[in-house]
Amino acid sequence: MTARTVGATALYDIPGPKARQRHRTYGLVSTVVLLGLVAWIVHLLFHTGQFTYTKWMPFEYKGIQELLLRGLGNTLKAFAMAAVLSLTLGGVLATGRLSEHAPVRWLSTLVVEFFRAMPLLVMIFFIFVALKVQPLPALVAGLTLYNGSVLAEVFRSGVNSVERGQKEAAYALGMRKTQVMSHVLVPQAVRAMLPAIISQLVVALKDTSLGYLITYEEFLHAGKLIASNLDYDLPFIPVVMVISPIYIGMCMLLSWCAQRASRWEQRSPKTRAVDVAAAEPGTLLPGGAPPTAPEP
Amino acid sequence: MNVLTENFSTFAKGFLGTVQLTVYSSALALALGFVMASFRVAPVRSLRAFGTAWVTVLRNTPLTLLFFAVLLGLPRFGLVLPFTVFAVLALGCYTSAFICEALRSGINTVPTGQGEAARSLGMTFGQTLSQVVLPQAFRSVIAPIGSILIALAKNSAIAGAFSVTELLGTYRIMSELGYNIIWTFVWIAVGYLIITGAISAVFNLLERRTGAAR
Repeated sequence: MTARTVGATALYDIPGPKARQRHRTYGLVSTVVLLGLVAWIVHLLFHTGQFTYTKWMPFEYKGIQELLLRGLGNTLKAFAMAAVLSLTLGGVLATGRLSEHAPVRWLSTLVVEFFRAMPLLVMIFFIFVALKVQPLPALVAGLTLYNGSVLAEVFRSGVNSVERGQKEAAYALGMRKTQVMSHVLVPQAVRAMLPAIISQLVVALKDTSLGYLITYEEFLHAGKLIASNLDYDLPFIPVVMVISPIYIGMCMLLSWCAQRASRWEQRSPKTRAVDVAAAEPGTLLPGGAPPTAPEP
Repeated sequence: MNVLTENFSTFAKGFLGTVQLTVYSSALALALGFVMASFRVAPVRSLRAFGTAWVTVLRNTPLTLLFFAVLLGLPRFGLVLPFTVFAVLALGCYTSAFICEALRSGINTVPTGQGEAARSLGMTFGQTLSQVVLPQAFRSVIAPIGSILIALAKNSAIAGAFSVTELLGTYRIMSELGYNIIWTFVWIAVGYLIITGAISAVFNLLERRTGAAR
């Protein structure tokens, strides 16, 4: 199914000379339309005076550059804390779900299903407003609970997807259950799950921007401070034009790592025993379902 | 309990706001996602590039940033619309990127041979698409689209923080009135669970209806 010549889909035949000619015409027309669209947007930007000196002046000041960098630092700090903690929590919850003791299994299933079903922002607001926690711990706790639960499902399905013979062989060699897990199943599963784990980290990175809504002084918050300054004639558009490439760039870098990992994993002979589904498009959504687990 | 009974109209308003946001944004996301998916599988290079750029940029944009850009940025262009419309625009565009990818991978699961067989029977492009490819793609696409729309319903909470009337925003009114904040959040959570539960029920039904044995 995946081995297919480039460009061939079920939809189109391989084009002949006439069809190629027609496609060239379509290409020309659509390029002109798209360029027209871009030109219109650029015209709109100039027309509404988004490139005036007053609006771009703030970015020349050292204080404002430092404000933005501090915001970026705070974003990365929240991301790093949330990533480490949610990987840990995910590991713990996955262990619980794979446990042989039924009560432990039920409890961790309950926790995982509950935190996956709740909107992340509701949890963050609950921790921030009702439990009166500081913004950074509230944000990190919310991100950890949500992403940890999703990662637990990723880990669990990864371990379950290791071929059964591997486990049986390990038991036949006289290994204990912990040994089977740590020496046989987990090493194989981790290699195969790496793309899904990194994709989930992209979600966590994107969701750190929710901190803006609970007044955590992160990157977007710094942007808002500059954008609402009357001295610079409310430079909302310039701020968006500066901030979004940095955000998108960071996320794309991580997504690219996930793609690299997935290609590397497909080539590696060590992962033959594991059949892991490709990350569904839904995994990148904050609040999206994990790649392999069905919705409750 | 009396948090809910005494303020039922406030909660109902918020609940309906979330439902409204979810429905309109889903419609926009499905329509836009379909257009973008058709661009991404088109034989025309510039359309494909546009579709790819749309998906890559939107998938890697934090939704809060998108809300910030749309709700606070677009009015700078002299475009003044109700906040709810802006919120639908932001949510719909964001989700359309994910819908597009789901549809595209659904189309890619249809074996090339199916299209070749249809064409060799003399079917036109429209017939191949509507009789052979889309019905098969539809089946494998239902489950992912269901989870994307559930995520959309959950993401609509962000709109509340940008002063759009919806469920999460009701906590502000409740805390001003001095009600127990924990119980308020419990009822908000129940409201979200009802919405996401309803979506997943609909999609489970759809999946059972269309899920023929293959």
